[in-house]
Amino acid sequence: MTRNLAASAAFAVALLATSAAQQAQAAAEADLAQIREEIRQMKENYEARIQALESRLKDAETRATNSAVTQTAPAPVAPTMATVATAPPATASETVTAPSASAPAAGGISAFNPAISAVLQGVYANLSQDPTKYAIHGFVPSGDIAPAKRGFSIAESELALSASVDDKFAANLIFSLAPDNSVEVEEAYGIFTAAPNGFAPKFGRFLSAIGYLNDQHQHVWDFFDAPLPYQAFLGGQFKSDGLQLKWVAPTETFLEFGGEIGDGSSFPGTDRNKNGIGSGAVYVHAGGDIGTSNSWRAGLSYLQLRPNERLYAQDDLAGNSAQLAFSGKSRLAIADFVWKWAPNGNAISTNFKLQGEYFWRKENGDLTYDADGALRLTSTSDYASRQRGWYVDGVYQFMPSWRVGARYDRLATGSVNYGANGIYLAQDSFDPQRYSLMLDYTPSEFSRFRVQWQQSKIRPDLTDNQLFVQYILTLGAHGAHKF
Amino acid sequence: MKHCLNTITALALAVVAAPALAALNVFATVPEWGALATELGGDKVNVYTATNALQDPHHVEAKPSLIARARSADLIVATGAELEIGWLPLVTQQAGNPKIQPGKPGYFEAARYVSMLEKPARLDRSEGDVHPGGNPHIQTDPRNIGRVAGPLAARLAELDPPNAAFYQARHKAFADRWTTAIANWEKQAAPLRGAPILVQHKAFTYLEAWLGLTEVAALEPKPGVEPTTAHLTAVLATLQRQPVKMVIRAAYQSGRASEWVAERAKINAVALPFTVGGDEAAKDLYGLFDDTIARLLTGAQ
Repeated sequence: MTRNLAASAAFAVALLATSAAQQAQAAAEADLAQIREEIRQMKENYEARIQALESRLKDAETRATNSAVTQTAPAPVAPTMATVATAPPATASETVTAPSASAPAAGGISAFNPAISAVLQGVYANLSQDPTKYAIHGFVPSGDIAPAKRGFSIAESELALSASVDDKFAANLIFSLAPDNSVEVEEAYGIFTAAPNGFAPKFGRFLSAIGYLNDQHQHVWDFFDAPLPYQAFLGGQFKSDGLQLKWVAPTETFLEFGGEIGDGSSFPGTDRNKNGIGSGAVYVHAGGDIGTSNSWRAGLSYLQLRPNERLYAQDDLAGNSAQLAFSGKSRLAIADFVWKWAPNGNAISTNFKLQGEYFWRKENGDLTYDADGALRLTSTSDYASRQRGWYVDGVYQFMPSWRVGARYDRLATGSVNYGANGIYLAQDSFDPQRYSLMLDYTPSEFSRFRVQWQQSKIRPDLTDNQLFVQYILTLGAHGAHKF
Repeated sequence: MKHCLNTITALALAVVAAPALAALNVFATVPEWGALATELGGDKVNVYTATNALQDPHHVEAKPSLIARARSADLIVATGAELEIGWLPLVTQQAGNPKIQPGKPGYFEAARYVSMLEKPARLDRSEGDVHPGGNPHIQTDPRNIGRVAGPLAARLAELDPPNAAFYQARHKAFADRWTTAIANWEKQAAPLRGAPILVQHKAFTYLEAWLGLTEVAALEPKPGVEPTTAHLTAVLATLQRQPVKMVIRAAYQSGRASEWVAERAKINAVALPFTVGGDEAAKDLYGLFDDTIARLLTGAQ
């Protein structure tokens, strides 16, 4: 078949050459040169096609024999190396078709399937305090932030689908499968990829880009659990249903401005049953390289929400569990910084990462105190709080696949003013803190095993010694190496 | 205050005017395509190379600096075949630049223009970090660089029509010089034909195919998996039956495994530049292969 094609190609070239010769008699010298050039191009085209067919034939043969795991046959040497090397550039990119397409062959109805990946996680937890009573003293309870249950459990599994929608949009859908058999839509968003001038709009449900760690999925964190300020101020991670618009400045130093509007229903917000915008965030990120070995990114973020009747329970001065409801304004500012070092930028053997974030939170509005939850004694008064928190961690890869890390988290209760409700509720100053150490082993890009030990002092007079042994397995599509 | 305002205006103007000076901003993912774009584009292109020869091209992060550079790029020149799968999709997605999205003329993949080797018949991660499109280290065969040059020059011409003739002329000159250089390298490397070698990572498939080297074994048990003592011991046993002259590795790889084997098997450990900038001599594409051949000849002695 190849020979037939080669023959017909030769015939075609000969035919063209003949016709070219006939025309040349009548044409001027300039025309002659142009025609020669055209013939050359056509010749090259045919050669490329023959090559493509040859390589397809070769592939077919390999598949037919299918003896080896990988095809180690020598390169199908081009008919004449010199011709290929000196071939003139084709007039348009499309005309130079690949001798062998680099894309994997896929066909039939599955050809357009999105990229699928799954993350499986499991943990063994040894906790000296009861995780069901987990609470950060002095801070509004923020939902599901307790560590894993004692003993063996699977942690959150994740299933992700992603693909281009068309020439203007791409989309991602990420399910989170909780150990209690519940399924949550973790992220579901579209990206407008055709936006010009550095704009990158995103819409749907997504992890907010505030701070550094917030938009990173839990399985790529360097520690098993979220830093205390993330737990206290964002309930772990903040996400909303809404719109995000980022703009990258056309500068050599990375400079990105972003804004988000959303429903603001996740902590520290609440579902409001209102039209309009429930949450707003703005941020700026800057970053770059220093030499070939150092890279950094720093950011400032601001998040504002309006929680309505945010309910939680807290022990009052009499020792009763009181029902509290907050309505008002919640504002959070975050300063984040990350610095990564790798010799010559090659992170394979050794590398180091230092990251830290500082949080300021201010809430003011009305707090309703309900002594026994039955609305017999209720009192509503002004409420204002100013609280802070921060963490810093460092992770060092001392040899390929092995890393050690240390982290310190601290929260400052700051000032909490209950107004007239101060007669029922205690305002004490206690600064929760936690020390963590971890060691992880990463046999390949797709698996990781981690041991983490930490001492958590988040309730007065109670120390929680925690040990986690964790695995993370990734299947399917290759993950992204986020900075 | 007025002085300050002037400075700000000047800076703003500089930011707006800077990209207009060079015709095309080319973002090359690896040094070889940066060097090729410079050969073809001369002073009509402004080439930024995202990685250097001492970095493992599989393990790069979507650093802020890369996103910033991709933002102003007119053309991304990548290897393709999933070499950059870990970071390039993220960079193109976050850069807010519609010109360089996959499928657009501003996105060029070199691997589309060469015959790929080692396409896995069985796609499974138990085989290591395999690439469905075939082995992506195509630049170790200079003929592949010749094959990519034509389409790349055509792409530059397509994106910058006023300079189309310039790119064609540069390509013609490059192709002539490159063909002569290849013939010279082949002549120099004639003694290497059939020479048995060890490789650290399966990164030299195309070099082997070009020069007729015989790969006896790889030090990595599976592509992308760090060499283990057990596997290295097995490799040493293989060498009892099939002796080799040298073990080769890329400049970005740690020499530990190579040197461990070289010491025990009494063979040469050779670090090849692998791409432009891999060592002192590999300053450009010509230097890359001059030095590669010279090191292989020394290693084979």
